[in-house]
Amino acid sequence: MANLFSSKPKVLSRTRGLWAEAAFQKTLSISALAILVLLTAIFLSLLIHSSPSLKAFGLTFFFSQTWDPVSSRFGALVFFVGTLLTSFLALLICLPFSLAISIFIGEYFREGILSSILKQVTELLAGIPSVIYGFWGLFVLVPIVRDLEIKLGILPHGVGILAASLILSVMVIPYAASISREVIALVPSDIKEAGYSLGATRQEVVTKIILPYAGSGIMAGTLLALGRALGETMAVTMVIGNSNILPHSIFSPGNTMASVIANEFTEATGRLYLSSLIEIGLLLFLVALTINFIGRYIIKKVSIRA
Amino acid sequence: MGSKVLRTENLSAYFRDNRVVNRVSLSIPENMVTTIMGPSGCGKTTLIRCFNRIHELIPGARVEGRVFLRDEDVYATDPMIIRRRIGMVFQRPNPFPTMSIYDNVIAGYRLNGIKLGHGERDAMVEESLKKAALWDEVKDHLNRKGTFLSGGQQQRLCIARALAMNPDILLLDEPTSALDPKATARVEQLVEELKKTVTLILVTHNVAQAGRVSDFTAFLYLGELIEYGPTEQLHTAPKDTRTEEFLTGKFG
Repeated sequence: MANLFSSKPKVLSRTRGLWAEAAFQKTLSISALAILVLLTAIFLSLLIHSSPSLKAFGLTFFFSQTWDPVSSRFGALVFFVGTLLTSFLALLICLPFSLAISIFIGEYFREGILSSILKQVTELLAGIPSVIYGFWGLFVLVPIVRDLEIKLGILPHGVGILAASLILSVMVIPYAASISREVIALVPSDIKEAGYSLGATRQEVVTKIILPYAGSGIMAGTLLALGRALGETMAVTMVIGNSNILPHSIFSPGNTMASVIANEFTEATGRLYLSSLIEIGLLLFLVALTINFIGRYIIKKVSIRA
Repeated sequence: MGSKVLRTENLSAYFRDNRVVNRVSLSIPENMVTTIMGPSGCGKTTLIRCFNRIHELIPGARVEGRVFLRDEDVYATDPMIIRRRIGMVFQRPNPFPTMSIYDNVIAGYRLNGIKLGHGERDAMVEESLKKAALWDEVKDHLNRKGTFLSGGQQQRLCIARALAMNPDILLLDEPTSALDPKATARVEQLVEELKKTVTLILVTHNVAQAGRVSDFTAFLYLGELIEYGPTEQLHTAPKDTRTEEFLTGKFG
């Protein structure tokens, strides 16, 4: 009986342990849930605040290229086109470089100082504040583009779609390269050896065995890079020229969804003006979310296979 | 004994400073099955990987001594050329997962950028798959991915892929170690048939398999060639006590 009494405090402390366990679990699940709530809340508030413009313009908002704050007529087409154009062009420019880096680090030089330096530097590109990219673009890239335009005999804006795409392409390289590098390094060595045993050169093994095998992973990395490019605001705003006219060539100044919001929301006086900007935000939110979702879905499938 | 198709002179193989094959000299007779057997880790796989210069692909790996394919110095020739003439089948079946059965068979040509006519291609796929005793099982779904096949079928697909290059020698690196007994028996039977047209070098740690399929057997221990001779002679009257101990299961 004495045993029973002496063990009582232990039972008590056990209860306290259980209580702490439950509290810990609750805290974790609430924090996790909060993220979901936050995402939904952002979506809902965007939706609610864009309702005046949704009501006023309906579907024509997405197809109209007029952006006229004076007469309160708004359409998102110019910015939608600007965003897609700069993002895809950036991807196109970045892909050869990110692929080359990925193959170099993922296949040719997996170990050693050179490879780890390159890896670090590529990752570091993602850490540079975008305003710095913007500055660099403005003072270095824009003059180069202007010289090119003078040589080609086009109106030398310097700023515009091309300058924005160039700066974006540098900014998204780490996103595209890091996942491509991983999937290229994951290609099993036995299928590479099978290629060599048939008399293939290293280049043939890379292009005909490794790249097809890693294809979907490279695609996923590219989509994530695209998601990054779509939403980039500061650097693009600084070099794109902020013109609300539909661009007719890659040298034209333009605007993207993100850059028009950043530029104009402080001066958006009317209710409809502000609401239209918010609707553009809603559109951007949905596009970026979808692209990211698809990218992550592919990565999940790829990593299951590997 | 026919002519010698492959010959090594004092062949040593290293991983950095670690010597795994030690001054091996042997000659492989043409159109025969030669088995290289020995306990695991004795360097037998590394030895045959020196024959088609796959060993040197591993960082830090190097080779000393000489290898001759007929009268050609293997290490003085372009490795791509050597590898087309010395085919290889690996321990684990490794068909290219992104390619169909059909494309796997002619992968050697695709990889090397050799253009084949349509009819030529079809004929080669059929002939190679027949040689590998796989044709009847896959002829109706050549466009399916090779990885859908069973392990044994995948291994025969890999044999067909190697045979399509029409090699002088086929290296088989423990080709049945990942297969069940039934699939193993099929591959062994196939080896018997293949020696009519190609010289086979088989690596195994399985004494019984060496006895069943090979004409000549080499016993490798700790990277050294202990004994080499006609299989029957080596199995019934081994000269070295280590060979005898391995054959009777004292180690290995």
